[in-house]
Amino acid sequence: MLTRADSILDKNIGPFVLRDLEQRFGPGSITQQATADGIPTFWVSPAIVHDVLSHLRRGGARTFHMLFDLTAMDERLRQHREGLPPSDFTVVYHLLSLDRNEDVRIKVPLREGALELPSAIDIWSNANWYEREVWDMFGVCFAGHPHLRRILTPPTWTGHPLRKDHVARATEMGAYVLTEEREIAEQEALRFNPEAWGMKRHSDNSDFMFLNLGPNHPSVHGVFRIILQLEGEAIVDAVPEIGFHHRGAEKMGERQSWHTYIPYTDRIDYLGGVLNNFPYVMAVEKLAGIEVPPRAQMIRIMLAELFRLASHLVFYGTMSQDVGQLSPVFYMFSDRERVFQIIEAICGFRMHPAWFRIGGVAADLPEGWERMIRDYLDYQPKRLDEYDRLVMRNRIFKARTVGVGAYTLEEALEWGVTGPGLRACGLAWDYRRQRPYSGYDQLDFEIPTATNGDSYDRVLVHVEEMRQSLRIIRQCVDNMPPGPIRSDHRLATPPRRERTMQDIETLITHFLNVSWGPVLPPGEAMVNIEAAKGINGYYLIADGETMSYRTRIRTPSFPHLQMIPLISRGAYVADLIAILGSIDFVMADVDR
Amino acid sequence: MSAEGAIVAGSLNIVLGLAVLMAAAALLTWIERRLLGVWQDRPGPNRAGPFGVLQVVADGIKLLFKQDWIPPFADPVVFVLAPAIAMVTVMLAVAVVPATPAIGIIADLNIGLLFFLAMSGLGVYSVVLAGWASNNKFSLLGGMRAAAQMVSYEVFMGLSVVGVVMLAGSFNLLEIVRGQQHMWYVVPQFLGFVVFFIGGIAETHRLPFDLPEGENELGAGFHTEYSGMKFGMFFLGEYIGIIVVSAMTTVLFLGGWYGPVLPPVLWFGIKTGFLVAFFILLRAALPRPRYDQFMSFGWKLMLPLTLLNILATGAVMLAATSI
Repeated sequence: MLTRADSILDKNIGPFVLRDLEQRFGPGSITQQATADGIPTFWVSPAIVHDVLSHLRRGGARTFHMLFDLTAMDERLRQHREGLPPSDFTVVYHLLSLDRNEDVRIKVPLREGALELPSAIDIWSNANWYEREVWDMFGVCFAGHPHLRRILTPPTWTGHPLRKDHVARATEMGAYVLTEEREIAEQEALRFNPEAWGMKRHSDNSDFMFLNLGPNHPSVHGVFRIILQLEGEAIVDAVPEIGFHHRGAEKMGERQSWHTYIPYTDRIDYLGGVLNNFPYVMAVEKLAGIEVPPRAQMIRIMLAELFRLASHLVFYGTMSQDVGQLSPVFYMFSDRERVFQIIEAICGFRMHPAWFRIGGVAADLPEGWERMIRDYLDYQPKRLDEYDRLVMRNRIFKARTVGVGAYTLEEALEWGVTGPGLRACGLAWDYRRQRPYSGYDQLDFEIPTATNGDSYDRVLVHVEEMRQSLRIIRQCVDNMPPGPIRSDHRLATPPRRERTMQDIETLITHFLNVSWGPVLPPGEAMVNIEAAKGINGYYLIADGETMSYRTRIRTPSFPHLQMIPLISRGAYVADLIAILGSIDFVMADVDR
Repeated sequence: MSAEGAIVAGSLNIVLGLAVLMAAAALLTWIERRLLGVWQDRPGPNRAGPFGVLQVVADGIKLLFKQDWIPPFADPVVFVLAPAIAMVTVMLAVAVVPATPAIGIIADLNIGLLFFLAMSGLGVYSVVLAGWASNNKFSLLGGMRAAAQMVSYEVFMGLSVVGVVMLAGSFNLLEIVRGQQHMWYVVPQFLGFVVFFIGGIAETHRLPFDLPEGENELGAGFHTEYSGMKFGMFFLGEYIGIIVVSAMTTVLFLGGWYGPVLPPVLWFGIKTGFLVAFFILLRAALPRPRYDQFMSFGWKLMLPLTLLNILATGAVMLAATSI
């Protein structure tokens, strides 16, 4: 397994995979596509895609053990597809190899009337929810999928929202009227039917209890429903149900300019703030070819780490509360308040600052920022030590979390786990270290890991990450470079004002970029970052317009929730709560 | 004193005792919230009246004026009966607690201690029946946990005071306190003290042993479906329970009203108040063990400890008499 950073993405992997696939499936069966992000992208036909995927998973010379993302796009209205196979709907598989730090993207063209693909669940377990999502959003069928049903929209929904011919706004749909019959029908549709999930109602000598935990329950961290099959208090099986927090964020991306979409990203992982802006603006910058000035890069890192702290503090407090500890959450929330005071002083907002801009950040740091942060940096470590005594070394806390909800590294990879949940299994894989972005390679920090992959270790990794974040922030304060906070590039939005007063070209660009929004050159780019909860990524398709053609948001929480049944079988109801707490998710990050 | 006079005096005593108790329990809800506030870096209720003490009145009014709701799927008779049992059993238990030789309702009862244990045993019914009658799965799980937890911990609680009874040679609580004139029983009966207090927390199902409620797992456990004054009765019952367990611990182990300089009733109040504050501190500090861990803690640790305690006490007493 990987121990040290080999930080630069190996650009030569593309030809290698192409050769390997052509050897196996014959020349001409694979079409390569150039993308702005440099990830090797290959088109394969629906007939061979299953073989290609299992070859890449198991048989190939270079195997990819993680299905990082699986999504689709409606290509029917796309104008710039020169050199690409004809396609109405394209399904995209993004595969990752953590030990070699490589990825590959497989695209499958589908024509209207033949929207069917073989399911990849037998290759990667986490394909399950992704395929359901693609079916829900685009109406692409996956043959062999055991439960191909809606996942983000309600079971009574008609149509597939991310198709281009589906309405994007409520005002285009006519008034919503909830009649009594409709209400009854909607409620009936939510009734859990164990047989539909292949569950028995009785064992040989007892009846199972089906407990509907959520969507409103104090410990599910939002609107999340889990139906538990219980024998006494022991969990026989569980069915997580998501989608209650679905707001169509990806669809909104197709209706907002590149610039005005930034505030929407804030609300994906609503505890993460700029950690959502970060991959989005970097993806846009990659499409536009913008270089971000060093000061802006450093400010971004500093803000991102402050938000990581804020998010982890919430996690830490709520986790200890989930196992019944009343007080820590108050301490940690008041610490988080200190972080927010800094964030507010810098950004003017607390949770959702929408503060990153295409090409930089919104404003320079305010007067006195250094003192504020230094005061905080002196304050927090002592508190963290105190919390160690209060929470991490508490024997009851240990009894509740050690060995609870454990998964192995293999299972983590199989289910697409990233972030602290992955590092708790012993793999020191952190995007900031493996694929440094925005200047993380210039900073000195460690990647905390643990070995058992249980709930306790997940908390442990989070706690250590806070210490590392403090370390990073201190380095940012010590080494903050001078200079501009936004790029001079003409697509940087809003453009730097001092130049608009100098020449007419810049004035026009300024006017257009602010009124219309910038027009990005056609292309595709996915940029990921190490967010608080795992790897968060934005996959953007630009079609030469002021708006995105397709915005795909790969969130870490989505695959993490998917493995809940696996790690909660045989546990008690109380364990499930500890597991949920230790996963560190917010439902907005799952449902988007 | 004539018979009528005795009845009037007795009734007055009961009414007065209950009034003080209710006031104390209500005030305790406020004290707990303020203390938790102090320990959790926040103010707590501080708006209504001086230091927020009228919060108690506001809460009382709110509870009384809420709709008296019985869910349509619940068993209405048992549903109403359960909170009543919770209140009645703890209030009966109070009756035998002697604050001083003069202050107490029926303190001079020759089976005082047994009566207390009996009442605390009956208290289980309130929680189990509430969980059952609510006809809600979360309540049912809470009720199931309550049945197992309270019945088990009753055993250790009962056994833990056997040592005290052996030393005092009486079940009469007045006699037990008088036996501690020279040395509190907490010294020779330290194990018994610890087990009794832990058992008391389990019987009043307070954090860290509030598994029947377990709000993180079960919403509100056995009283999920309760609101208004029926919930208020569980609530008050819980707080009276805290006072009773603290008072009993004082009586059994901490020398009751004995203490230098200050008047006896004050000593009793100080000791009880200290234990009550300790109850609240435990709630502020500790997480909740899992149900099965809690049960095995009881049967595998508490039970052997209490039996050992009885054995050792008996051995020492035998040795002392034979010398």
